[in-house]
Amino acid sequence: MGILSRQNGKLRFDLRVRLTSSLGTLPAGCEVGSVGASPGAQRGLDSSLRWAVAFVVLVFLGLAGRLVQLQGISGEAYYQRSTNNFIREREFPAVRGQIQDRNGQVLVENRPAFSVYITPRFLTEDAIARLRKYLELSDEQLASLRAKIDSKKGLERFKQVLISESVTRDQMALLESEKEALPGVDVEGRARRYYPHSSNLSHVLGFLNMAGPDDLKHGYHSADYVGRSGLERVLESQLRGQPGFEKFFVDAKGRRKSKSDLGEMAQLAGDDLKRDPVPGSHAILTVDLRLQKIVEEALSHHSSAAAAVVEVDTGKVLALASYPAPDPNALSGRMSHADAQRLETDPFRPLLDKALRESYYPGSTFKVVPALAALEEHLVNPDEKVPCYGRYELGRHVFRCMKAHGPVNMHEAIAQSCNVYFYHLAEKVGLERMAKMAQQFGFGQNSGLGLSETQGFVPTLDFYKRNGGFRGGYALNTALGQGAVRVTVLQLALAYAALGNGGKLFQPMLIERLETPTGEVVQENSPVLRGQLPATEESLERLRRALVDVVADKKGTANTAFIDGLDIAGKSGTAQVRKNKRGQSAGWDTTNDHAWFVGFAPSRHAKIAVSVLIEHGGLGGHVAAPTATKIISGYFNQVAPEQRPRPIVAEPQQPLRTSLPTAGGAR
Amino acid sequence: MSALRKPWASFDGPLLVSVLAIIAMGLVNLYSATRVAPKGLFSTQLMFFGVGTVLFLLAAAVDYRVLQRLASPIYLTVLAMLIGVLLFGKVVNGSRRWFGFANFGIQPSELMKLALIVAYARLFSADPLDLQARPVRYALIWHAVLFVPAILILKQPDLGTALLCVFVAASMLLLVPLHAKVKAGVVAVDVSAAALVILFGLKDYQKKRFLTFLHPELDPTGAGWHARQAIFAIGSGRLTGKGYLRGTQNQLQFLPEHWTDFPFAVWAEEWGLLGCLLLLLCYLVLILWSIYLAHEARDRFARYMAIGCASLLFWHVSINIAMVIGMAPVVGVTLPLISYGGSSLLTVMVVLGLLMNVSMRKYNY
Repeated sequence: MGILSRQNGKLRFDLRVRLTSSLGTLPAGCEVGSVGASPGAQRGLDSSLRWAVAFVVLVFLGLAGRLVQLQGISGEAYYQRSTNNFIREREFPAVRGQIQDRNGQVLVENRPAFSVYITPRFLTEDAIARLRKYLELSDEQLASLRAKIDSKKGLERFKQVLISESVTRDQMALLESEKEALPGVDVEGRARRYYPHSSNLSHVLGFLNMAGPDDLKHGYHSADYVGRSGLERVLESQLRGQPGFEKFFVDAKGRRKSKSDLGEMAQLAGDDLKRDPVPGSHAILTVDLRLQKIVEEALSHHSSAAAAVVEVDTGKVLALASYPAPDPNALSGRMSHADAQRLETDPFRPLLDKALRESYYPGSTFKVVPALAALEEHLVNPDEKVPCYGRYELGRHVFRCMKAHGPVNMHEAIAQSCNVYFYHLAEKVGLERMAKMAQQFGFGQNSGLGLSETQGFVPTLDFYKRNGGFRGGYALNTALGQGAVRVTVLQLALAYAALGNGGKLFQPMLIERLETPTGEVVQENSPVLRGQLPATEESLERLRRALVDVVADKKGTANTAFIDGLDIAGKSGTAQVRKNKRGQSAGWDTTNDHAWFVGFAPSRHAKIAVSVLIEHGGLGGHVAAPTATKIISGYFNQVAPEQRPRPIVAEPQQPLRTSLPTAGGAR
Repeated sequence: MSALRKPWASFDGPLLVSVLAIIAMGLVNLYSATRVAPKGLFSTQLMFFGVGTVLFLLAAAVDYRVLQRLASPIYLTVLAMLIGVLLFGKVVNGSRRWFGFANFGIQPSELMKLALIVAYARLFSADPLDLQARPVRYALIWHAVLFVPAILILKQPDLGTALLCVFVAASMLLLVPLHAKVKAGVVAVDVSAAALVILFGLKDYQKKRFLTFLHPELDPTGAGWHARQAIFAIGSGRLTGKGYLRGTQNQLQFLPEHWTDFPFAVWAEEWGLLGCLLLLLCYLVLILWSIYLAHEARDRFARYMAIGCASLLFWHVSINIAMVIGMAPVVGVTLPLISYGGSSLLTVMVVLGLLMNVSMRKYNY
């Protein structure tokens, strides 16, 4: 085997070797004899040649191995990448669905808008100066533009940066005509969300925002808008629609190639070269824009307030307002830092939906709960009078009333909001029965509206035991809607709607239906009944009459809000925020009481229930009740005159009898 | 016995068949690679094949003993041309490689590959006893013969060709009957010298350039981008390829220089792994057969000439494919018989002619 051997002190190579019989490509048996010219001379180097053959084969095996790895193992991945090289996809955003009120009034729509993009790498000083002039940028805006440009480094400088989304048509035309002098500046038209009624229904509608890094993982692109709050967020997938696309072909230099240029290669793109966008669905709400405007106008006379109006027989939300409210047009755009700061630090908390996302002490509006519990459990005789001297003692504590009402029965106690009567009553009913009844009214639970809301709170014995022990005074506080009870404006409206419709508690309904832009119904909602109050008709009638007198009776707490001919049943509430500051001041003062009025109208065959909260407004009967009556009369006079109740005719009222257990400890 | 045979009667079959197979694949591939652009290369290449065939026949016909006698004059003439091209050559793409005549040019560096093979064959055909007796003398001559032209070629600059000369020279050195210790000594000294030059002899910017040469991915927009696109093309061919004339990387020009340095990527994309293995097999047959010819050669000169030719083919093929499939840095080394280009093609045709020459005369005395 090519052995180097010494013979006679001379080197010679043994050539009697078969060359790599292991290699099939070489003919076996090609024995090479001594062909050297002279004996002892070199005749060949078979050992070396075998090494050479081995090396060549090894290298080729290495190359083949790498090819197997590239084409066999990773082939699919590279195939995909080579396809991505020349098949480009252009997306066509779908038109976002409108939101309309129940009468088809457009609440949210899309308007064409022009956006300006810059590419920092190509932007010149002259172009910046021109931009400033054409777009009328302030010094502050110019500084932030420069900061944006300077913050981009390296390859980032080749990427487009959005600098303005609200360029007017004239400015756009100017930029287009001066295009030559504006290197690195691009203008693009794009539909932009528009809220024609600005702050009306703002919290319910919500707003959009630019897609963030998280959204990009879920099929959004960087210039897309995503619903961030309210219905825009909840209905995001339905409103958004499905974007369309078009696939086209490019060569290495980015030149477009037609399908025929590519011939059979075009098949790599699949059959689906184009898809039209599917526009988003329109959402038709139960809200009545006319009423919404009336409500917001009524609230706007206060500093900070909220209101809810629902249809008594269905739970449909007719209006839902929180004042002050931001303009969603501003929220959906690019707000300056200062403006955002102002909104966030505003003492009237415009960004907060006070009708849904904040809970309050219900105050005296809660008294219907212990009253109904007492009636249903036959714990008191409602006609029995209880003397009120303006104070009530329980152990060492003294609970106060607004004034000394004298002897009052349940009817008078509700109409005149006598606390002492309810202290007596609370002692008989007890915390547990009140809590149970409150839950039947829907308090302490999500209403099921679909928007994000707070649950409020109904305290139970258990709760107090877990939190420092129960004392008798807690039941008294609870009966008055103080202590630990917290409700939302919408919850109260729904509870009173139940009082007005014979005890049916509805889930509030906000979205009537979803339909395609061509009018095909995609989804139709219908009222959902959540529960039935455990109340007899007689008890409800008793409460109704008392609630009527809250406004109608001369001594009623809300009699100042009485409007002749308007048949309202309701209850005022003055929820204490700080101790012993009862109704001391009017106007904005964060220690002042919250003013409530909740009711339904007409008092018989009620159509709507209204709940009004004036934050730190003072006396409910004086501050909230007139606002509520304004809303109610607005509804019956302007929005739905056909539902206006017939003028009240004097009809004899039958005396009501509540049967009591014979052996009553309820005396 | 075979002494009575006429040379043409032992015209080498396996050599011819493997070469013709590669040429066929090369032309098929070139047509696809230049279908979109640049136009006209295919017919020019056909013309080069015509000239190449003449040169092949010439190189095969002239008895190699004539070359053996003329080895030194040939080498010195080409060396003179290398000096001349540095002084008077035409600058193309930033390097001075060409002697231009009316419509065509000559690259002396290509001729130097051939001249080196002949010169070393002549050098090592000396009496092996002499080689054994005076290894240092031969080692020094080997260095001189290699480094003078190699440095001239680097000056052009043409790194690919210079490296190839070094590889061919080294291959021939390692296959002569010098004592293993001598070979090891030469390799150790040369490799450490090269390392020292790279570490200390280069200026910073030259080092940087050397680093990007070794790691093209450091420069993702330039050479790295091209290399990556070639990998995409090859990988995307998968098992059986995208089909002839349907390679998107090729047809839509995502491949760099795909008719000169990267035709293998075109082939791989359109014919897949199977096509690649077929082509590799043809090259393997050709190279192994050349080694076998060295073994069969009638005398030492023929033997070393065959070894030189085999190593030239081997290094061209392996370096080109390795660089295209991302196993070696990108240097301008062509793929024999597949790449477009006259100089490279004619050189290879002469090399094949020399191999045929050796083959035909293996039994003649």
